[in-house]
Amino acid sequence: MRAKINHNKEFLINSVLNNLSNEEINPLDKNKLSIIRKEKTYRPIIYIGAGTCGLAAGAGKTISATKEYITSKQIDAEIIEVGCIGLCSSEPLLDVQMPGFNRISFEHVTEDKVENILDSVLKLETPETEILGQFPKSDSRSWDKVSSIYEHPFFAQQKRVVLKNCGIINPVSIDQYISFGGYQGFLKTITSNSSIEVCNKIEKSGLRGRGGGGFPTGKKWKFAFNTKADQKYLICNADEGDPGAFMDRAVIEGDPHRLIEGMAVAAYGIGASKAYIYIRAEYPLAIERLKIALNQAREYGLLGKNIFLTGFDFDIKVKMGAGAFVCGEETALIQSIEGKRGMPRPRPPFPAVKGLFGKPTIINNVETLSNIPEIIVKGEDWFSSIGTESSKGTKVFALSGKVSLTGLVEIPMGTTIREIIFNIAGGIKNNKKFKSVQIGGPSGGCITEANLDIEVDYASLIKVGAMMGSGGLVVMDEDNCMVDISKFFLQFIQRESCGKCIPCREGTKRMLEILESITQRPSNESSNAALERFKGILQLERLGKVIKETSLCGLGQTAPNPVLSSLKWFREEFEEHIFERKCRAGVCTELRTFKIDVDKCIGCTVCAKKCPTNAIIGSKKQAHFIIEEKCIGCGSCEEACKFNAISIR
Amino acid sequence: MEDKTIKVLNQHPNSKQDSLIPILQEVQDSEGYISEKSVIKIGEHLNISSSKIYGVATFYNQFRFQPLGKFHIQICRGTACHVLGSASVLSTLEKHLKLKSGETSRDGLFSIEIVACIGACGLAPVICVNGKFHARVTEKSIIEIIENYRKENDESKN
Repeated sequence: MRAKINHNKEFLINSVLNNLSNEEINPLDKNKLSIIRKEKTYRPIIYIGAGTCGLAAGAGKTISATKEYITSKQIDAEIIEVGCIGLCSSEPLLDVQMPGFNRISFEHVTEDKVENILDSVLKLETPETEILGQFPKSDSRSWDKVSSIYEHPFFAQQKRVVLKNCGIINPVSIDQYISFGGYQGFLKTITSNSSIEVCNKIEKSGLRGRGGGGFPTGKKWKFAFNTKADQKYLICNADEGDPGAFMDRAVIEGDPHRLIEGMAVAAYGIGASKAYIYIRAEYPLAIERLKIALNQAREYGLLGKNIFLTGFDFDIKVKMGAGAFVCGEETALIQSIEGKRGMPRPRPPFPAVKGLFGKPTIINNVETLSNIPEIIVKGEDWFSSIGTESSKGTKVFALSGKVSLTGLVEIPMGTTIREIIFNIAGGIKNNKKFKSVQIGGPSGGCITEANLDIEVDYASLIKVGAMMGSGGLVVMDEDNCMVDISKFFLQFIQRESCGKCIPCREGTKRMLEILESITQRPSNESSNAALERFKGILQLERLGKVIKETSLCGLGQTAPNPVLSSLKWFREEFEEHIFERKCRAGVCTELRTFKIDVDKCIGCTVCAKKCPTNAIIGSKKQAHFIIEEKCIGCGSCEEACKFNAISIR
Repeated sequence: MEDKTIKVLNQHPNSKQDSLIPILQEVQDSEGYISEKSVIKIGEHLNISSSKIYGVATFYNQFRFQPLGKFHIQICRGTACHVLGSASVLSTLEKHLKLKSGETSRDGLFSIEIVACIGACGLAPVICVNGKFHARVTEKSIIEIIENYRKENDESKN
């Protein structure tokens, strides 16, 4: 086994990586490549989606069931753990590549289904259930009555650039990455292009930062390139802290070499020889795969001193974050790597001029850097042909919430939000009514029914009071309360504010208090609390604006966004909470009141026994009543009633 | 205890402040928390004052400064529990164990944590000890529950 790997390494380095003159490779080498790509195989290959999401859905058990199956039946087959293809709601996913056949993919493969599926596939029969689709290839036989996976509604409208290899190739095999064209762009660049040419190329492509701000990447690189220093640094920001965003994790778990290659090109462009990947400690699997990939790249001479005899030195260190959302901010992140409290500092000087250890530093997000290898190989014109006037390329979104299909989707810029939610994600779950979609996490805003047709584009999202952010899309239906969502984000910001600036530290606390007061059951309506509540909504808006204008860093400047945008589009819902003391979604439990239908109540006393506050009275076999003053709206009685006699008023 | 910290520090020779967070992470991994002694040792190693190290460590959510007790008590302070007297249960508990919430007792047996709502309002007031729920706790029964755990611990020792 070991000898074979070395053989592959020699072949890949000599015939693929060192052959940059675009010479037609001979048929023998072509054959070798397709074996490394696992497209030609003499034995079945079983791929199992084992990203964090897959493992949570039970992929671990599927893997052991599969292993057991092949050992007990003595089948010569290979099992490969891959990253996530993006369709999280269909996990665990299992693919089988039979010799000479198209790769076929199955969904919801829990451990009990492994045997049935493998039984038929190994006999070359199409199984009856759980088929997701097949990956069509011209030179292999296709499965009968199985549609192409690219026709699946979830994949049909996607354009996968960053996620191209995720869930397809073995993430910890550098051989496979190279065999699909990996690292060739990087080597071509360092042998035949100058640094400024790389910066120009990226600037011309129109790539903008995918971490939220949307600053043109090439322009940023040029700042660092033009600053003279004995040492420059590149930092990859993988501190993905937004609740509802997980694309960085999926890219690193599914295709770590793409990120490494992107970083190597970026470092060459700005003239950095050292780089850091700042990754959350909460992503153990991503860290593990990243470290394996880095060691492989060093072994192949793609990282280290004098890379491929070009004189370019470059290496990458992994730094684990320690759980602070604010460290996603550039200057705070630098402080954290230096071993200090992760607090932002004023800019300028910008990190591109004076950053890590006082040296010029470029910080790019995982998705931004993962776009680089494709731009280098396919050219800046190819990249700028995708997307809209001001936003080029694709964007990965993490879809979650009340949609039928959840997961990661990569779409060209300019796709409408409606298309993403209703075509790709299959619409709202359980035929409920769409309410809004939160984009950009705690820094973003919500998009309502009326704005669903806006195109995904940096400028147009800002126009409706939202922002691209890192790309979390949380879909909400009629059962969600906008006041509650606003409260949730404020609680999050309160926990994560670093405490440096007063507007962010104290202001968000006041905003949270206002929202708490309007969702709380008041003990005495005539007290000061009632007055405060009425004033609340007026103060809320003004306070939000002050926090936005006076905070130092991105966290504070965007912290009031979720509240302000909910307030803009769902003002009547806030007013309902304040004046009518009612939560139409029934989420704010303290505002719920229950009533007992006297015709349905048989007087079984179950609810009265369950009630934690003794708010239900009534004698046996007589209809019961709820004393509203005592009721805390916990809903225990509604759950307990077997006769559906209790409902929300 | 200290040996583990020294072991970690030996793996970071000639390091500066930028190694502080990785060192803290490794110390917590091997000891379970960051002790005062570790903070001082790390300070001597990196030539940084211990107050600065404490400042960095408290900034990040990842770091704990007290080991969890053998019996970790989560007490629900949700609305339903509050109405039925969880506040007095909490104060009895704190008085009985001579502990505040967020702390661990000296013998390492008990630690208290306040949680927002466990979601068992019908059983209020609720406490949860090492994942096991105790329903309808009163000022009286909380002492019994605690003493039962103490007894259980003593018996397992013998």
